[in-house]
Amino acid sequence: MEPIIIVRDLRKIYHVGEVDVHALRGVSLEVPKGEFVSIVGPSGSGKSTLFHIIGGLTSITSGQVVVDGQDLSQLTDSERTRLRRKKVGFVFQRYNLLPTLTALGNIEIARYFGGNTGPLDPEFREIIRLLGIEHRLHHKPRALSGGEQQRVAIARALVNRPAILLADEPTGNLDSENSEAVLGLLRDLNHGFGQTILMITHNPEAAAYADRILHMRDGRVVRES
Amino acid sequence: MINRLVIENLKHRKLRTTLSALSIGFQVTMILAVAGLSRGMLQDSMNRAKGVGADIWIKPPGASAISLSGASMPQSVLKYFRQVPHVRLATGTAVQPIGGISTITGIDYDEFVAMSGPFRFLEGGPFQSDDDVIIDQYYAEQQKLRTGDRVRILNHEWRVCGVVEPGKLARLFVRLRRLQELTGSEGKLNQAFLKLDDPRRTQEVVQYLKSQPELAGYSIYSIEEFLSLFSMNNVPGLKAFIYVIIGLSLIIGFLVVGLTMYTTVLERTREIGILKALGAGPMDIVGILVRETVMLAIAGWVAGILLSVGAHWLINTHVRANLQSEIAPDWWPIALAVSLAASLLGALYPGLRAARQDAIEALSYE
Repeated sequence: MEPIIIVRDLRKIYHVGEVDVHALRGVSLEVPKGEFVSIVGPSGSGKSTLFHIIGGLTSITSGQVVVDGQDLSQLTDSERTRLRRKKVGFVFQRYNLLPTLTALGNIEIARYFGGNTGPLDPEFREIIRLLGIEHRLHHKPRALSGGEQQRVAIARALVNRPAILLADEPTGNLDSENSEAVLGLLRDLNHGFGQTILMITHNPEAAAYADRILHMRDGRVVRES
Repeated sequence: MINRLVIENLKHRKLRTTLSALSIGFQVTMILAVAGLSRGMLQDSMNRAKGVGADIWIKPPGASAISLSGASMPQSVLKYFRQVPHVRLATGTAVQPIGGISTITGIDYDEFVAMSGPFRFLEGGPFQSDDDVIIDQYYAEQQKLRTGDRVRILNHEWRVCGVVEPGKLARLFVRLRRLQELTGSEGKLNQAFLKLDDPRRTQEVVQYLKSQPELAGYSIYSIEEFLSLFSMNNVPGLKAFIYVIIGLSLIIGFLVVGLTMYTTVLERTREIGILKALGAGPMDIVGILVRETVMLAIAGWVAGILLSVGAHWLINTHVRANLQSEIAPDWWPIALAVSLAASLLGALYPGLRAARQDAIEALSYE
């Protein structure tokens, strides 16, 4: 089966003033469908840049990235927007819920941009149940704990049934109890629903929840475990 | 869904939303108040002109049709008018400004009453001396005057001899001769009125008067023609003034909404990044801001209508001797168009800025 993510000799250079910053220096990797992969590495190693490129948030300088059969190196800005709507779900360290909407509103707006309407399908209702947020859906983020907000963010990321779930330090703002709960949920989603997950983390214990761990340093994947 | 987000965004910052809507509301009020005042004052002037009871209205050469001017005609011309066929009555008045847009009018009491019918006195009665002044109810209420009170006008002390119902040419009446003496314009009139034996002959008499060489340069109107002049187009500078007010409203609306939306975009930088990560395109972001702007403009418009109704009540309750206001519903769509145009112009730059915002930078914004 063809991998759902293929990255070949990916390079990314940012122009900061008159200085060129080489964020990625030839990254290559493949992620089969249904795999849970952790990416670990120190700050500045290029983890977030890789995450942003695979998520279609920024363009590629050179190399090739294919997500679910779509070559990102050829995409225009509007095509990258469509990629984010259909193929990618993001979970951020700081939850990034819209503060003016309820938990359900946050989920529904992602669904709206994904072009989906009508009632929530039974499988997604099952995900909400698994995440344990069905009784918190009508609360605004300020009324939710950090763990609850992150679980709502995970539900929001999955509502359009994306090909991949990209999680950037999903437990970075949580205490150990909530961290374990969120990581357990990600693993359950991966095992129960076959969801492909790419997770960035600093925490080796968190990384261990994944099937495979990629170690990055200085813009390259240096080791795999 | 987007509407829900927009409404929740507006509700989230209640004070800012309220202040923005009120600012737009004041801009709408400016337009509606000026339109209402213009119309109210023209209607009031028209009603008072009708109250004279004349069939023909004559202004001296060089006088503007409905505005006050210093031009005058000799009082002796009334004798000439009285000899014109079908003219039953002829009288004239002198008008003197007394500050702002207020005037005092000199009349020959008996001639004026013969033409317009008797004054309806709410208190007091006709002139008893040369220093008596008859005032109308609005002026009495606004100045808190009653019969017997003394009032200083044109550097002269007058005694209020009577308070009459409004609607007869002027708000303050004094004896014509006394006013002419005080203003050094003995034997001069500012306008003349003719009443005919048969109003159906009005056009015939007007044509006759216009054809007389000795009346060359005089403005001679049938009362219908004269009343038709009471429109915004015929008041010098009124239209320009309204355009200036509309222009100022546009600028105020543009600045208020521009500032509101600019701070909104700055404050919501991170949220814009989230929306982009969720798949919102630049036009989705602009669409959200445009909807917020339109809602603010509509809320401001409604507030403006309510404020203008309040202003109308205040004017007509407290200063109706000087100003009269009407509610002008036909101006509501114009005010809405101005507030929408100003608001959308104001939202243009913030909207484009938000649309161009880099998603990654926005997401890392603290």
